[in-house]
Amino acid sequence: MTASTASRANRTRSLATRVSAALHRRPRLRLAALLALPATWLVVVYLLALFALLATAFLSVDEFTNAVTATLTTTNVSSVVTDPAYLRATGRTVGVAAAVTVLCAVIALPMAFFMAKLTGPRTRGVLVALVVTPLWASYLVKVYAWQAMVQPGSGVLDWALHPLGLSGPGYGLGAAVLTLTYLWLPYMVLPVYAGLERMPDSLLDASSDLGAGPWRTFRSVVLPLVYPSLVAGSVFTFSLSLGDYITVQILGGTTQLLGNIVFSNYAANLPFAAAVALVPVVVVVAYLALVRRTGALDQL
Amino acid sequence: MLLSRRARSLLGVAMGLGLAFVYVPLLVVLVNSFNASQIFAWPPRSFTLRWWSQVWGNDGVRSAVLTSVQVGLVATAAAVVLGTLLAFALARHHFLGRQTLSVLVVLPIALPGIVTALALRTAFSTFLGVELSIWTVAVSHATFCMVVVYNNVIARLRRTGTTLEEASADLGANSFTTFRLVTFPQLRGALVAGALLAFGLSFDEIVVTLFTAPPGVTTLPIWIFQNLSRPNQAPVVNVVAAVLVVLSVVPIWLSQRLSGDSVTWGRM
Repeated sequence: MTASTASRANRTRSLATRVSAALHRRPRLRLAALLALPATWLVVVYLLALFALLATAFLSVDEFTNAVTATLTTTNVSSVVTDPAYLRATGRTVGVAAAVTVLCAVIALPMAFFMAKLTGPRTRGVLVALVVTPLWASYLVKVYAWQAMVQPGSGVLDWALHPLGLSGPGYGLGAAVLTLTYLWLPYMVLPVYAGLERMPDSLLDASSDLGAGPWRTFRSVVLPLVYPSLVAGSVFTFSLSLGDYITVQILGGTTQLLGNIVFSNYAANLPFAAAVALVPVVVVVAYLALVRRTGALDQL
Repeated sequence: MLLSRRARSLLGVAMGLGLAFVYVPLLVVLVNSFNASQIFAWPPRSFTLRWWSQVWGNDGVRSAVLTSVQVGLVATAAAVVLGTLLAFALARHHFLGRQTLSVLVVLPIALPGIVTALALRTAFSTFLGVELSIWTVAVSHATFCMVVVYNNVIARLRRTGTTLEEASADLGANSFTTFRLVTFPQLRGALVAGALLAFGLSFDEIVVTLFTAPPGVTTLPIWIFQNLSRPNQAPVVNVVAAVLVVLSVVPIWLSQRLSGDSVTWGRM
């Protein structure tokens, strides 16, 4: 091609083609164009929000107007970490999260094992869909359903246990733990199921060939292999239970967990609520750091 | 599989109990919506369809649904755009801060809801000086709906690779034509799946919404929350709850079919 035909070809190329060629030659410009909007959003809206939370914990509040003032103070943070009432609430919250995690694991393991190892391929898909689908029912509806279940006197559990002479848990910590287990159960079943599905059947056969009964096989072969999946599921159940305030408020009776301390205080004393809210962050970050060492995070 | 009869039947019983645990509360909600009595008592003594017909005329419910749909549409649109851009950037380029960004996009959903809620609230009211409105709710929803779209799109991008796009460029198409004729049709399923998940997530959201919505803005979950303690509204709440049990499954089921993944994780 001569110089004149080449330049004529360039002029007849559309704007779109020229822009596209320029972008193709400059990958960093392409990257910047792609990242501009989402990165700005994440940094300005979310990172700023997290820093705002951290900063607000150290501010103080005007007693009369409940407005946040720019005076720096450490009383909020120090009262959260030293006051025995709040330390008890922290302990209670972590305990609830741990109990929910354990209960979810206990319920999820047999179900996941049954689905992964003891069903044919067609029933397996159906069963998994059946277990996962309620995950999508509205959170508030599920809490409402459990309110109907545990209501003292007129609830479903009371009605069902009455012929046995027992009564349901009523409102309180037990009901909250039960409901939270119900809410987050699919988050535990899914990773455990995925982990068990990956486990080859031959290992179980080999174990029984060597003379191990089902319980010994479970303890020595299945549990170590499924442990990363259990940990992966526990990240969800632990973190989701740690910050929950709505379930506790509706079903927890007079129980005070960190979540509803924040909820009841944020309007009147935002810095104090911010200080309390920092505790779940610290706990979750510590938990994730612990979990990372087991290698389970790579499974997520 | 070599497992004793006893172990098999025990596991079967555990599975059955587990399924019962999952479904009995939801069935209770469904049955209760037909309860003729206004006061909750189990088992219901008589049944009626009265509440179902009354719900459509309830203004509170109608405006709450409308508000939820509006917020959902805006949040989903923003999440789709932002999530897709981010997915392209992280799938096709290597750069400093790539890991950090992929953690940052997950944080709004990974941190406990109350932390995200309070963080956004302090950012809006104390630091940015923005008054709470339906837009702050939409912005909050978009922030954590982004990760849902991002996950779907990046999974699809990693699966399809760049060979088809390179072939298209070899044949003379510029980037925009390639996107229109090659990339977008490949992504369509993942985009729709992500959008449906994002809409479902936003429609159901209560934890963050309670903190970022002003008193005048009532989404459907907020309406339910406000009416949970009002006994005379209980029948309407029952019907709304029953409808939601059935309805919330539909977009997710559709999204699973479209994205072609055997098991989706939803929130993650």
